Amino acid sequence: MRTIFFLLQKEFLQIFRNRSMLPIIFLVPVVQLLVLAFAANYEIKNLSIDVVDQDGGAWSRQLRDKLTASGYFSLYKQPASTEAAFEDLESGGADLVLVIPRHFERDLVRHNEVKVQLLVNAINGSKAGLAAGYAGNIIGDFNRRVRLEWLALDEDDAPSHFDVSYRYWYNPDMNYKFFMVPGILVVLVTMIGAFLSGMNIVKEKEIGTIEQLNVTPIKKIHFITGKLLPFWIIALFELAFGLTVGKLVFDLPMVGNIGWVFLFAAAYLLVMLGLGLLISTITETQQQSMFITWFFLIIFILMSGLFTPIESMPVWAQKITLFNPVAYFVKVIRMVMLKGSGWGDISYYLGVMLLFAVALNGIAVWNYRKTV
Amino acid sequence: MNNNAIVTKDLTKRFGDFTATNAITFEVGQGEIFGFLGANGAGKTTAMRMLCGLLKPSSGEAKVAGYDIYTQTEQIKKRIGYMSQKFSLYEDLTVKENIRFYGGIYGLSNRQIKEKTRQLLARLQLEKEAGHLVSSLPLGWKQKLSFSIAVLHDPSIVFLDEPTGGVDPITRRQFWDLIYESADKGVTIFVTTHYMDEAEYCNRISIMVDGKIKALDTPSGLKKQYNAGSMNDVFLQLARAKS
Repeated sequence: MRTIFFLLQKEFLQIFRNRSMLPIIFLVPVVQLLVLAFAANYEIKNLSIDVVDQDGGAWSRQLRDKLTASGYFSLYKQPASTEAAFEDLESGGADLVLVIPRHFERDLVRHNEVKVQLLVNAINGSKAGLAAGYAGNIIGDFNRRVRLEWLALDEDDAPSHFDVSYRYWYNPDMNYKFFMVPGILVVLVTMIGAFLSGMNIVKEKEIGTIEQLNVTPIKKIHFITGKLLPFWIIALFELAFGLTVGKLVFDLPMVGNIGWVFLFAAAYLLVMLGLGLLISTITETQQQSMFITWFFLIIFILMSGLFTPIESMPVWAQKITLFNPVAYFVKVIRMVMLKGSGWGDISYYLGVMLLFAVALNGIAVWNYRKTV
Repeated sequence: MNNNAIVTKDLTKRFGDFTATNAITFEVGQGEIFGFLGANGAGKTTAMRMLCGLLKPSSGEAKVAGYDIYTQTEQIKKRIGYMSQKFSLYEDLTVKENIRFYGGIYGLSNRQIKEKTRQLLARLQLEKEAGHLVSSLPLGWKQKLSFSIAVLHDPSIVFLDEPTGGVDPITRRQFWDLIYESADKGVTIFVTTHYMDEAEYCNRISIMVDGKIKALDTPSGLKKQYNAGSMNDVFLQLARAKS
C-alpha cells in the first residue's frame, strides 16, 4: 500500500506541474459544453428559401410571409424563373425553393384546388427532411385557413381530418441542450479516461524511466493502480465540474438522483482506463497510443447514440453498439437526468460495465510486462 | 564460489536470427569492480539487461546475488541497483522528490528516506539544489545523482550502463570516487564503459566482441597478455581482430 501512496504522490506532482494539464482540466469542459451544446443542435432554423412567385397575387404573398414569419425560413431571393431559383439551389445559396404557379389565386377560387412545388437540397438528408416537413406543415396550415376564412367554407363542409396533439415526455420543451449536454459530459470523461491514462504510461516508455521502474521490486498491480487512480479521480472531478457548469449555464434538469450518474461513471471509467492501459501495453510512443485510442473513440462516440439514435442504425450496427461502453453511459446519464431512472433501471447496465472493466483490465494487466 | 555476486554459464540471447549475447560465462566476486567492455553493439547492454531481470535469456544459466535470473527476478530486483544509458530520473520532479520517490518504492521508511536524503545531498553538495527540478541540473550532476539514487536502498550489486557518457573528465573522476566509496562498503559494481582510462580503475575487465567474451583478466594481466602499453591497445587488438 505504501508503494501506491508514493506512486500517487509522484503522479499528482507531475500532473499538476504540467503546464498544459490545468487548462485541460478546467478549460476544456467549459469550452466543450458551451460550444458543442449550442452547435450540436438538430433543430433547424433560418433555412434560406427562394420563393418563385409566378402568380404575384395577394394570397401568394400571404403564403410567403407565413413561411418567413415562422422563424424556420428566411427569404433568400425571389427570382423570376424556376431556372434562376435552381441556380441558387446549386450554388448553395438556397436550401429550398417554393414555386407558386401562375394562376394560383384563380385556380384556388375556381377549381378549389392548386399545386405548389417544393424543391429541396438534399445533400444533408436529415436537414432536407426537416425542411420539407416544416414547409409542408406551414403550407398545410395555410391551406386550412384559406379554406375556412377566405373561401368561407363551414367546418362541416371541410373534409374531416384527424388532429394529432403531441405531448413530449421527459423533455417537454424539446430542448436539445438538455439532451446533448449529458452526452457531451460523457465524451469529456471518456477523453480524460482513455487518452490521458494511456499516454501517461507510454510517456514513461518514451523518456526511459519505465526501465528504471522495471528494475525495482515494484509490483505490476501497484504500478498500474498508481497510474490509473489519478485519472479516475480527475475524470470524476471533471464530471462534477461539468455538471455544475451545465446546471448553472443551461439549468440542466436533474430529475433522478445524481449519485447514480457518479456510481455509473465510476464503473465506466474503469473500462476507459482499462482501454487506455491496454493500448499503452502495445504501443511504444505517445503518438501511436494517441492514434489507436482515437481510432476506438471516434467509433465509440459516433456509434454511441449521442448524435444519431441507435435505433435508426442498421441491425448489424446496433449489435456492435452492445459492445460500446460509451453508448451505455450516454443512455444511462440521459435516463437518470431526464427521466429520473434509479437503481432498478440502471443496475443491468452497471453490471455490463463492470464486466467490461474486468475483462479489459484483466487483459491489460496480463499483457503488461516488466521485461522489455 | 558461493560468495560470487554474479555467476553466468553459457548465457545466450537471440533476437530472431541475430545472437546478441553468445554463450557468455563469467563470475564476479562480491565487492569487485567489474568492467564490461566492448564496441557498440557487442552485446553488453543485452547481457546487463538479462542480469537485471529486464530481459528473458534464450538459454544458459545465471545467478545474481544467489538468485536465479529465470525464476527469481523479483528477489534479484530488491538487491540490485541499476543505472541505464538513458538518464532515468524524473526531470519534472525536484532532486528531493526523486530521492523520496525511489526510496519509497524500495520500501524505505520515512525516517530512512529523510536520513538518506540528508546524507546524499551533503555528499553531492546539492543541499542548495534540493528543491530544484532535476531538469535544471547539469548532466554531470544528474549522473552523480542518478548513481546515488541507484544505491539508495543499499543494494549488494549495482549495474551501471555507460554511466559517464558525455560527462567531462573532472566530473568523471568525481563519479568514480562515488563508485569506489560504494565498492569499499562491499557493493559489487558491474560497469560498462567506452573510456579506457576508466577501464584501468576496474579490478577485472571482460572484453566482448560480437556477443562473445574474448578476454577476461585484470587490467595489468590483459596488458601483459596482449603485450600492450595501455588498455586502449588491448581493446583495439581485440576489436580489430574481428574485421
